Amino acid sequence: MNVVDNKWIGQRTIRPDGVDKVTGRAAFAADTTMPGMIWGKVLRSPHPHARIKSINTAKAEALPGVKAVVTSRDIVDFTIEKGAVMLGIQDMRWMCRNVMARDKALFPGHPVAAVAATSEAIAAEACKLIEVDYEVLPWAIEIDDALKDDAPILHEWNKFDGKPSNIMGRLESKKGDIAQGFKDAEIVIERSFTTRPVHQGYIEPHACLISVAADGKTTIWSSSQGQFMVRAMTSMLTGIPQSDIRAIPAEIGGGFGGKTIVYLEPLATLLAKKSGRPVKMVMTREEVMRATGPTSGSKSTVRIGAKKDGTIVAAHGTYYLQAGAFPGSPIRGAVGCSFAPYDIPHVLSEGYDVCSNRSKVAAYRAPGAPIGAYAVECVLDELAEALKMDPLELRLKNAAKQGTKAAHGPVFPRIGYIETLEVAKKHPHYSAPLGKLQGRGVASGFWFNAGGESSAQVNITEDGNVVVTTGHPDIGGSRAGIANICAELLGIDYKRISVIIGDTQTVGFSNLTGGSRVLFASSMVVTQAADKVIATLRERAAKIWEIDPEAVKWENGAAHPVSPNAGEFKPLTLADLAEKAPSQGGPIGASVQLNTQGAEGGFGTHICDVEVDVDLGIIRVIRYTAVQDVGRAVHPSYVEGQLQGGVSQGIGWALNEEYIYNKDGKVDNPGFLDYRMPVCSDLPMIDCALVEVPNPKHPQGVKGVGEVPLVPVMAAVANAVHNALGKRFYSLPMSPPKVSAELDAPVQQAAE
Amino acid sequence: MAKLHVTTTVNGEPMEFLCEPYDTMLDALRGQLGLTGSKEGCSSGDCGACSITLDGRLVCSCLMLAAEAEGHEIRTIEGMATGDRLHPLQQKFLEHAALQCGICTSGMLVASEALLARNSNPTEEEVRFWLAGNLCRCTGYDKIVRAVMETAAEMREQGIQEIRQ
Repeated sequence: MNVVDNKWIGQRTIRPDGVDKVTGRAAFAADTTMPGMIWGKVLRSPHPHARIKSINTAKAEALPGVKAVVTSRDIVDFTIEKGAVMLGIQDMRWMCRNVMARDKALFPGHPVAAVAATSEAIAAEACKLIEVDYEVLPWAIEIDDALKDDAPILHEWNKFDGKPSNIMGRLESKKGDIAQGFKDAEIVIERSFTTRPVHQGYIEPHACLISVAADGKTTIWSSSQGQFMVRAMTSMLTGIPQSDIRAIPAEIGGGFGGKTIVYLEPLATLLAKKSGRPVKMVMTREEVMRATGPTSGSKSTVRIGAKKDGTIVAAHGTYYLQAGAFPGSPIRGAVGCSFAPYDIPHVLSEGYDVCSNRSKVAAYRAPGAPIGAYAVECVLDELAEALKMDPLELRLKNAAKQGTKAAHGPVFPRIGYIETLEVAKKHPHYSAPLGKLQGRGVASGFWFNAGGESSAQVNITEDGNVVVTTGHPDIGGSRAGIANICAELLGIDYKRISVIIGDTQTVGFSNLTGGSRVLFASSMVVTQAADKVIATLRERAAKIWEIDPEAVKWENGAAHPVSPNAGEFKPLTLADLAEKAPSQGGPIGASVQLNTQGAEGGFGTHICDVEVDVDLGIIRVIRYTAVQDVGRAVHPSYVEGQLQGGVSQGIGWALNEEYIYNKDGKVDNPGFLDYRMPVCSDLPMIDCALVEVPNPKHPQGVKGVGEVPLVPVMAAVANAVHNALGKRFYSLPMSPPKVSAELDAPVQQAAE
Repeated sequence: MAKLHVTTTVNGEPMEFLCEPYDTMLDALRGQLGLTGSKEGCSSGDCGACSITLDGRLVCSCLMLAAEAEGHEIRTIEGMATGDRLHPLQQKFLEHAALQCGICTSGMLVASEALLARNSNPTEEEVRFWLAGNLCRCTGYDKIVRAVMETAAEMREQGIQEIRQ
């Protein structure tokens, strides 16, 4: 550990970008303008599934004010036959077809053309003048429909078990022999579950402003979870080399995984190139809901076998996840995470990636893991009930710990899962009395967390302050964490540190803001850069004092002799050394680029209380406590914020949020009124208990915290509802119509 | 159709602008007036990110026509701080980390200020119901509600002190 005394790590400092955000100054993508700017609009398919026979743009191009029109002919084609071209987890064959339909439109909202014009109104008018000749095809949206023998096939070239299929892939994690395991079991519980597609629900619609100069130099301002991803994808889809594309990260108004791919940027770049004018594109909320994200709908079956004493001996999970129009549903998360909290000798976890005529799935906070955990953690609740065990005791008895081999591969190092269970068990919430029609549920969850590429620069200004530049869009307060760590390392007030998110041409490659990786990875590179800066500062002081650098220590923001034996010198502060820099070797700064390793997985355990209004079928969460092993809470407020935000998204997923489709295969609720995310009056305070088991592989002990908090929520709510009503819901959301129908069911039976 | 000429007051300053009859107040603020602190999250009055006050009344500027500003007083997030002195709500939002991405923050602050203007001692339930028209997807509202309650308490305390002085 580099950090000894922790003056700043763990403090609730004011975030560096805070004042800009409370005064309306912060520039989000849609807030940016350029002289000569024009507006781009997308024409989208009205059909869930249609062959595009021809597109005629002549009338649109002739409309006064229209400056450019693009179709799939303008986008670089990554042909199916040539095989996968991967950028991270995205296959560019699907990306090129997702940003603009080629031979077929695969969901309502699929882009088929884009127009740039001198006003938004003219661009919208021009879209109406584009003639698309569609051959409308049969379609399938729900998983069961897409899996039928006679289902319409989205990708005719794809075969599964030797037959054309919408199953695009299968993944499994295996440990031991489940057949043997279930033979050993004294009790076996098997249940099936479904969840609906839900949207990430960021409040800021996708937006970008793009300028392409006559020499091809391209500048992109956009809202994304990775300016380098924007640069690479835009380059690959337009043919402009990456060195010519400067992608500037605007402040991002929420992403939750949904802004880890591009939608508008390649289109706006091509429109800007064709028109010679900067092009701005901003999605409407309806476009966001129809054509971006969401995460998968799912159907799962989970079977768990145990001994009578509660020892789990076998587990089998099967998860079908909707990928939407192109392959890539998060089966890895469902398969890998669902049983990870438990030490089970025999495990088989299998996932199927199912295409259907819905927008292509995008990552959503611990992708796939909440779907798997909903099924597994509900079955565990039933197991505990059947065995008459406390549900936390059942989990404690089977908890993964240091040395446990997870079915998805790794052997866990020191982890804090057991601590989360123990904290939950002792928490006053767990023993608080419940009222009538109230119930309590618990559930746990795991997420892998990620490391990967990060770059940082730490520069000392001429007046002895500090500028830190990293390459990750700050989506939830990561700049505040970096400021705390840098202040700690350099021994100065955090207010003297300016934390900046660099653009693609000013900071080294930094991978996505995603996978709960940003503070883990960026603080690792910032720490190494700060260590280099401190080494330089010590060398400079040593030179001035004419002593050995080893005889100089850096403490409280100044160089000191390590002991009186080294000599008696007045400490040299950062400001002193900055002032002397020109004559003592030049500017002081360091940059570090790393592929960071050692991001350990995270665990959480949640307690949820609900109250059911049996007349209206409304379930209200009345108390919630999230316990999580967070490694090290560098800025506790923003760690709590991650937990509270994840929990509220999970409550929405559990109780209300869902995509509803009409008979034409279109989303019927593409707005915030009918797609019902939790509002302030829906929620209680969300209590957090932070367990800190430091990550031994990180200089400050940091573990990712952002995604784990969504994983246990739906199960915790479902288990609480079961506790309140004695009835279990095997499908989400537990919305008022469904709850009312369920509550009315026995009454109807009695009347018959 | 000719553009409409609108004379209004924004954050205490006289303003004039031209607009289309169909332009919303949000269009005029973000476009003609360059006040991009008010955000567009839905353009249907569901998210509250564009919250402003019209003669002291909280409205979604995406649901108001720009032409309706004629002769009225508009206040936006840009008018909340006094010079470099933040409004107590702004300060408390920072201290409580009551924002993550910040896209809803302008609307939350404008709505919260409108609440405290009419109710200096709101209960948690009153805060939650008042802010139910302002969506936040990042925070789970916990720290926002705490920040508003604590600001109200401090403003009451200061108000009492000012009266005593």
